[in-house]
Amino acid sequence: MMKKILSLFWTFFKIGAFTFGGGYAMIALLENEFVEKKKWITKNEFLDMVAIAESTPGPVAVNSATYIGYKTAGFKGAAVSTLAVCIPSFAVIFCISLFFEQFLKLTYVSYAFRGIQVCVIYLILSAGLKMLKNIKKTAFNIVILLSVIAAMVSCSVFSVSISSVCYILICGVLGTAAFFLKKLKKGCD
Amino acid sequence: MIYIKLFFSFLMIGALSFGGGYGMVSLVQETVLSNGWLSESEFMNFIAVSESTPGPLAINMATFIGSTQGGILGSLFATTGVVLPSFIIILLISAVLKNLLKYSAVNAFLSGVRPCVVGMILATASVMALSSLLGFVDLNTAAEPDIESVIIFAALWCIHIIFKKVKKKTPSPILMIILSAALGIIFGTV
Repeated sequence: MMKKILSLFWTFFKIGAFTFGGGYAMIALLENEFVEKKKWITKNEFLDMVAIAESTPGPVAVNSATYIGYKTAGFKGAAVSTLAVCIPSFAVIFCISLFFEQFLKLTYVSYAFRGIQVCVIYLILSAGLKMLKNIKKTAFNIVILLSVIAAMVSCSVFSVSISSVCYILICGVLGTAAFFLKKLKKGCD
Repeated sequence: MIYIKLFFSFLMIGALSFGGGYGMVSLVQETVLSNGWLSESEFMNFIAVSESTPGPLAINMATFIGSTQGGILGSLFATTGVVLPSFIIILLISAVLKNLLKYSAVNAFLSGVRPCVVGMILATASVMALSSLLGFVDLNTAAEPDIESVIIFAALWCIHIIFKKVKKKTPSPILMIILSAALGIIFGTV
């Protein structure tokens, strides 16, 4: 058991330290490590995990660490894996935070960051477009998507602030309502 | 108390960030701006730092804000806050609610959240583009387009399109950050 926990710690530490650019890059890495090499979880369990990690809130890396940790070694496994996956980010970012402000004061760095800020817009936009491509183009999805964009952009233009929490909850409730309406309609036919 | 505020702000972000990666970008943005923890431009700088370092954006953001607002303890509180909801929800699912995702009501709720998150990401990018590229903040101020930024943005999209045509995949974020930094330095010195 102890050996398994140590191995969980080390594997998730590596995953936390070497996955750049978000959770999806690490799914393949996790599968290779836990399904093919160690055989601690089955292919089906892994697919379940991906579905769960993607539909529950929070980073995919943390969700899968907790899930795989629990499946392999219970609560202790879950706690150790989650901690291990967070430590590298925490350490790196904490160090950066100590000198970031001074760093930005250097002339060339400040020039560079003017360009980088433009890149951030590009990165967010291209991430959004990629997700847009993968979403099913049903009438419901398109209406929700366009209304959210229209609402958020106009709120910003008119300097009104509505929390993102509201959008998420309202759309969730609309999704639930649409589902039950459909069911009701089927019942009537 | 700053520690408690950091903990609960990031707990909320952790509990509501669906869709991974940039799913939480608008929520984090409004949290840090409304608390005065970062300015809009500092927020964008930090997204770039987070993309160039390993680990999920949510954890990086929590650690950074925590550290700048409350030192090491602050970053521990914020990071714990952002991770806790995932940890608890996944534990519940794997131990007790094995079939949570098989309940149709849960799926119905998520079917509304999914397009919403995509819309939120696209809207955030559009608002940032309006203010940083076109200098358009709200109706009370006149737009002042920033030509250099527009050129950098256009250049990045050209590279994106070329990469997709030739290599059939999108260019890596780090490559694009390095390129935009180089362009920023060129425009700054010339």
